[in-house]
Amino acid sequence: MKPVTLQPAALPPAGLPGLDPAWSRLIETPGVDGVGGTWHVLDNGVADAALTLLCVHGNPTWSYLWKDLLASAPSNIRVVAVDHIDMGFSERTGTTRRLAQRIEDLSALTAAMEIDGDVVIVAHDWGGPIALGWAEEHLNQLAGVVLMNTAVHQPSNASAPALIRAVRTPGILDKICVSTPAFVRGAAAFSRPRPPREVRMALEAPYRTPDRRAAIADFVKDIPLDPRHPTAATLDAVANGLVDLGDIPALLLWGPSDPVFSDLYLRDLEQRLPHANVHRFIGASHMLPVDVNIAPVVFDWLKGLDTEKAASFASVSGASLWSNIERLAHDDRVAVVDMGPDGPERAVTFAELADGVSSLASGLASIGLQRGDRVALLVPPGIDLALCLYASWRAGAVVVLVDAGLGARGISRALKSANPDYLIGIPKALSAARTLRWPGTRIATSELSRPVAALTGAKYSLDNLRAIGATSPIPDAPGPDDFAAVAFTSGATGPAKGVVYRHHQIQAQRDALMDLYDIQGTDRLVAAFGPFALFGPSMGITSIVPEMNVTSPGTLTARALAQAVDAVDATLVFGSPAALKNVAATARDLLPAERTALEGVRLLLSAGAPVPADVLRSATAVMVNATAHTPYGMTEVLPVADISLEQIDAAGTGRGVCVGIPVTGVDVLIDPLDTLGAPTGTTTTDPNVLGEVCVRAGHMREGYDKLWSTQHQASQPPGWHRTGDVGHFDSEGRLWIEGRIGHVVKTMFGPVTPIDLEHAINRIADVVQSAIVGVGPIGTQQVVAVIVIRDGSRRSALAKEPMADAVRSAVGDVDIAAVVVSPSLPVDKRHNSKIDRFRIAAWAERVLAGGRMGTP
Amino acid sequence: MRVLVTGATSLLGRTVVDLLMSRGEDVTVFQRHTTNTDVREILGDVGDADAVSRATTGTDAVIHLAARVGVTGVWKEFERTNIMGTTNVVVGARAGGASRFVHVSSPSVAHAGESLVGVGARSADPNSARGPYARSKAFAEHAALAANSADMAVVAVRPHLVWGPGDKQLVGRIVARARQGRLAIVGTGAALIDSTYVDNAADALVAALDKAPTIGGRSFVVSNGQPRPVRELVNRIVLAAGLAPPRIKVPYQLARSGGLVAERIWDRQERSDDPPMTSFLAEQLGTAHWFDQRDTRESLDWSPTVSLEEGFVRLAASFASTERVTS
Repeated sequence: MKPVTLQPAALPPAGLPGLDPAWSRLIETPGVDGVGGTWHVLDNGVADAALTLLCVHGNPTWSYLWKDLLASAPSNIRVVAVDHIDMGFSERTGTTRRLAQRIEDLSALTAAMEIDGDVVIVAHDWGGPIALGWAEEHLNQLAGVVLMNTAVHQPSNASAPALIRAVRTPGILDKICVSTPAFVRGAAAFSRPRPPREVRMALEAPYRTPDRRAAIADFVKDIPLDPRHPTAATLDAVANGLVDLGDIPALLLWGPSDPVFSDLYLRDLEQRLPHANVHRFIGASHMLPVDVNIAPVVFDWLKGLDTEKAASFASVSGASLWSNIERLAHDDRVAVVDMGPDGPERAVTFAELADGVSSLASGLASIGLQRGDRVALLVPPGIDLALCLYASWRAGAVVVLVDAGLGARGISRALKSANPDYLIGIPKALSAARTLRWPGTRIATSELSRPVAALTGAKYSLDNLRAIGATSPIPDAPGPDDFAAVAFTSGATGPAKGVVYRHHQIQAQRDALMDLYDIQGTDRLVAAFGPFALFGPSMGITSIVPEMNVTSPGTLTARALAQAVDAVDATLVFGSPAALKNVAATARDLLPAERTALEGVRLLLSAGAPVPADVLRSATAVMVNATAHTPYGMTEVLPVADISLEQIDAAGTGRGVCVGIPVTGVDVLIDPLDTLGAPTGTTTTDPNVLGEVCVRAGHMREGYDKLWSTQHQASQPPGWHRTGDVGHFDSEGRLWIEGRIGHVVKTMFGPVTPIDLEHAINRIADVVQSAIVGVGPIGTQQVVAVIVIRDGSRRSALAKEPMADAVRSAVGDVDIAAVVVSPSLPVDKRHNSKIDRFRIAAWAERVLAGGRMGTP
Repeated sequence: MRVLVTGATSLLGRTVVDLLMSRGEDVTVFQRHTTNTDVREILGDVGDADAVSRATTGTDAVIHLAARVGVTGVWKEFERTNIMGTTNVVVGARAGGASRFVHVSSPSVAHAGESLVGVGARSADPNSARGPYARSKAFAEHAALAANSADMAVVAVRPHLVWGPGDKQLVGRIVARARQGRLAIVGTGAALIDSTYVDNAADALVAALDKAPTIGGRSFVVSNGQPRPVRELVNRIVLAAGLAPPRIKVPYQLARSGGLVAERIWDRQERSDDPPMTSFLAEQLGTAHWFDQRDTRESLDWSPTVSLEEGFVRLAASFASTERVTS
């Protein structure tokens, strides 16, 4: 007997934002439950579609979740988004439907709708198990899987069960889910940022009254938290069935701020679908399709399924990263020196380093480290870092390197994203790890005394591991195609991205640097720039980090540099512009012996931010025999080009900063900007064409960690890296960088790049610093100059007319709408030199619209 | 081409007439009082339909500038001159056989008081326009554009803050106040404001006349495309007059509320002059209003030939020569 239909299926009310009434259809499935039911589905109705997206919502949402996919689907893709029976605007049958029933329901629906071509399932929340259950029964037509903030299994340590149990407390459940709209509202309240009121109302639309909400509680009750639950077996079967999806393309999209489906669940799915592409939308939460428009990412990804993966750059496999350490295993030459305030504190020879690396690698393997496991290194540059880095590499681990300049919050965010299996750190870092719940088994660099263990929760120390490793076999070494590193460095804006490298790419980077700068085994390196310090042992040369605060390069003094140079008789010095600036500023403190030591330096390198020629010039005034070079590149690929101080002088002034000719083995293309400042995709190497700089090299990054969409966009044309820098070639093949693409001002006359205007303004007497930013809508932006003047006021104000005149005549043809004087310009912490133009632009936008003056 | 120019006594009106004359057009001006020039003159009030039809008979084109301006005043007078007047001129032009009509409007017809940052010409809205002038001009623009037809192409042009040597509205008032030491900067003075050097505005009106057949029925905001902080604009004018920039500063909210009080007092006393501050003026001085000029420049095939910098040089020269004459 057919149960009483409590409420028939219905069409959604008109006027819900983003919902086209023409999409709504009512479909009857007579077979469902042996009696029948009527569904409300959204269907863009594409006939003869190449592909159907079957979109499955969770609890307590409805097909409205997928409106962006329906609205922007390409013409050959059909999008069908269902409302489960008893949910959304589908029929209220008054039955209780468990997971198994819902999978059957969905199969009945696709049969009734005659969806028999290729299908990609798209599912959110508890729609995940339903859709995957359907998928496992329809493998012959399954073309892909897109999952977001969902689960098929409760990982251990997950806090969700506790939450679910709390909600399920008898007497509470009905109150939260049914008799009040608390659960429906609560789910919408998870959204980040908070959606507009009309969207929240639309999400609630089918669940206005208690009689429409019964199934919401049923969904919550159906989550199996113990093996005796009636749905436990179904869910386990769905989870175990994922092994059959190894050939099916998969995309995992995640809102990491989800308080229920945390990164633990992402990890679980990644392990079950190891081939999946992953994108974490930093800042987004549980209601991912509401929080961000996922449609462009999904359709980009689908587009990529048809095309062959771009052949990666010919991977010329060089010697392994530890080969020089092994080669020098019986050599008593000093490998790494740790510098203290009163001179060298500790040194290891290559023989000692080789022994340490091998025993530590064995130790790591014997505590369970597997090839591909991630090891985060929270260790300052020096002997311990060298040991941990090369041992991790040797053991097959992927090292996670996080720039200390990111600060506690940035490090926390990076580590939660990278999700390392092991975390090696100094006690201070480990105690932060404990407080901030960074993932990974903790290993201390120091001795594991009882207080240290208590403070840090460390399970092992390096000495422990080396002792264990001394008596255990060394693991197999990873190959050149294995992943080697995920590096988080601070960008100009936004959260740091994890840049992924394979072994052969880092090998190629080492070799490119050695070739470019003719680095020989007899060279000795002072690295006052974090990333470069890591390469010393791999290059087989002695290295040392001078006494300085590595997170604040401007703290390096001339004396500290000279003492480090003296300690190893250095021939190479690498420092960031901020470090070298301070070296020049403190050069008068140098003692005669220190001056003599600096005379032994043959090569001075500086990178990390645009390097002003006068910084190089003043630094070579104390390193009189050194040739100054500055490589151009970024975390994703370095070096791209190189220029010496002499070549900078020869290039003279032009639009932007001359970074020299691309180095051997690196291809550079310009992707010209259109009048609105957007790249056109018609790449060229013609001179004097302004565009985004695109690079390809053997030492280029592999991609971005768990940022599939970012990686996809940064890899156009396929196999290339879009640098985000804009610039041009000159007629002699030299590359000039004019700024970041995001900093280009989009005026009615076309794109205006900031750097050369700033240089012109900085030449005005009394101007200390300047930033050129745009205000107003793209395509009709006005150019604004924000300047810092000598002995200026402590408050921001409009420039007086004579200064405004000077600025306007300095920049020539570009119309400057306003000249604002500010006491200082915000710069990024890491390099202490990159001007934060986004922040200045946002401030200028407010002030020049009549807002409060304040400071940028 | 026989061109009728209404309201030709203003700075912009005179400049337009000179420009048309120099092009060799057959120009007639229609205005209330004689200006004793050698341009053919028909005297009358736009509110008087008969007088208007005498002027429009047989004309090929009309540039309609006549309007009652001001930040305060009795609605009936704005209604008569701006709404009725425009209707009379449009009706007369059509009856008189004109095929092109350029209606001179104001960006304030689409301004509800908020900051305008790089916006295009939005539709005139009498309901949200601030004050009787803007409201009446919004009605007038609708009336003019409604008359756009295959026989007569009507284009609305909204020049923003027109100024130049001899300007009594903007330049005259600012300089007079600066002389009295009563000129104040409202708020931070940093809000970006568009303005138009008078020669550029005149060029744009004539360009609209030339292009009218292809752009009939549309509205265009015209400016120099060089917005400046309001304080810089004021200072440049004051400096051109050889005076010192103002030092008095009034917080924006105070200016706005003070303006409201002044308006009430002026209303109650039925004064016909403008109060020293009005809420409308405070808004104008305290919020950004500058415009996207791409469509205007492309559609009118026009761009400014006199930059603001050049304009201020000419303004200073004109003040200098006036002073030589007076001293």
